[in-house]
Amino acid sequence: MNRYVRRALVDIKLNKFLNLLTIITIALSILVVSTFMLFFQNISNMVETWNHGGRVMVYLDNSFTMEMVPEINAKLKSLNNTKQVFFISKDVALNNLKKDMNSGSIFFETLSENPLPDAFDVRMDGVSSFDEVTLFAEEIKKIPIVSEVEYGKTWLEKFLSIYGLFKVAGWAISSLFFLIALFITANTVRLAFFSRKEEINIMHLVGATDSFISTPFYLEGVFQGAIGGIIGLIVLLISYISLSSGASDAVASYIFVDIQFLSFKYILIIIAGSTFLGWFGCYISLKQLLK
Amino acid sequence: MDSDSSIIRLFNVSKRYGAKYALKDVSLDIKKGEFVFLNGPTGAGKSTLLKMLYLAEPVSEGQIIVNGMNLARISRPKLALLRRRFGMIFQDYKLISNRTVFDNVALVLEAAGEKPGYIRKKVMHVLRTTKMEKKVHSFPPMLSGGEQQRVAVARAMAGNPSIILADEPTGSLDADAAQATMDFIMKYHEKGATVIIASHDIQLISRTVKARSILLKEGELQRTATML
Ligand SMILES: Nc1ncnc2c1ncn2[C@@H]1O[C@H](COP(=O)(O)OP(=O)(O)OP(=O)(O)O)[C@@H](O)[C@H]1O
Ligand SMILES: [Mg+2]
Repeated sequence: MNRYVRRALVDIKLNKFLNLLTIITIALSILVVSTFMLFFQNISNMVETWNHGGRVMVYLDNSFTMEMVPEINAKLKSLNNTKQVFFISKDVALNNLKKDMNSGSIFFETLSENPLPDAFDVRMDGVSSFDEVTLFAEEIKKIPIVSEVEYGKTWLEKFLSIYGLFKVAGWAISSLFFLIALFITANTVRLAFFSRKEEINIMHLVGATDSFISTPFYLEGVFQGAIGGIIGLIVLLISYISLSSGASDAVASYIFVDIQFLSFKYILIIIAGSTFLGWFGCYISLKQLLK
Repeated sequence: MDSDSSIIRLFNVSKRYGAKYALKDVSLDIKKGEFVFLNGPTGAGKSTLLKMLYLAEPVSEGQIIVNGMNLARISRPKLALLRRRFGMIFQDYKLISNRTVFDNVALVLEAAGEKPGYIRKKVMHVLRTTKMEKKVHSFPPMLSGGEQQRVAVARAMAGNPSIILADEPTGSLDADAAQATMDFIMKYHEKGATVIIASHDIQLISRTVKARSILLKEGELQRTATML
């Protein structure tokens, strides 16, 4: 293995420019892809937080009496995705409302009767999609005493459909960049191969196998992929730090979520992906060239 | 014909470049351990015949059997293994210009998967024998033609070949160096290697003991005789 590494290093030294070009291309592609990943990771965090892991308000009709609380509570808890259930009586709700509005507002004094319904606040467990919340709400609606179920339907649904569109666009652009990087990597290998055609011919003539000849190319490809991936991530990290140090607080107060850098898992996935990219570029070219 | 001891056999081999024949209907049987001189004027087809043997190019017609293997049907990995048993000295040396003399010679052994310690020892040994040990760190373009040829000879011998295919191995050498190279090749021959040398150096041929001489002319076999 040692001699392959040595030969790969010699090859890299001899073809500095081509290697640099490949690494830059891979780094750029990784930058684009990881920017999208950063974006999506934070949006899903955001949706998760907004949704409070799925929060559903269950309003009850007029026939409700306090004695029914344990029964409804049990019913709600027996549902598949329920995590926690809180009962909010109409008096509590009114008090909360009064606190939220200017206290002592004349409006509340004139009320002869509490107009708010009694309600349950149901928190869901492990919500992965909005569809799941919808299904869960449908299930709750089937309970006779329930008059209405609210789960931030309209605006969240709209947001999620736009987000879905973004996701598709992100995938498309990421794939495009991946293909471009793959194409350029494969072509670099091809160029490097031809620039060493004489040498490779000689190796074949003195009995070198295809794998002996191609191993340094693969090492180079894997090395370029890994280095390109790391550089792309470092550039992303630097932009993240310089952008978030100024803007983060302002943005965070709007969306109630801190913008976070890619998780360790994603970082590993990205580096593995870019390493694979380098390897695959080699594979594509050498498969054709060594025949 | 005793085919058991044959190591190289050619059956009606022809090689065409365009419409022109470089080799025409050559049949030949070379026994294990034989020492063969291939001679003939420039353009006779000597290098072409050797190229057919190590399959640098395919034949146009006919068949070649080396070591019991039909070269027309040999797989890539098998061909690599076969070439490792060859010690080839190319007329144009075929040294890698951006690798040192040491690396050029070591390549054969690395390709054969030898250990670094053995490679170092063996490379230095063959370079000493060809009097090139002082140039181990030089690059081929910095060497004279004769020096390059000696590196090429050293590389061919490094893998302890059982078949030596030498194309004008002394073409760029003075009489003494030529004789030294011949002696080097003879040493392997005495240990049992089959040797085929293409050359038009009649002097060299007549000095070498018990060699079979094959004459090529315009791609055709003229005569084969054993000189004593
Ligand atoms: N790649 C090629 N393309 C076209 N013609 C070729 C090619 N290689 C060899 N020839 C022709 O084949 C003939 C035999 O060439 P070859 O190199 O075998 O001669 P040779 O006997 O080795 O000569 P020399 O003693 O000069 O080395 C020559 O006429 C040459 O021009
Ligand atoms: Mg020739």
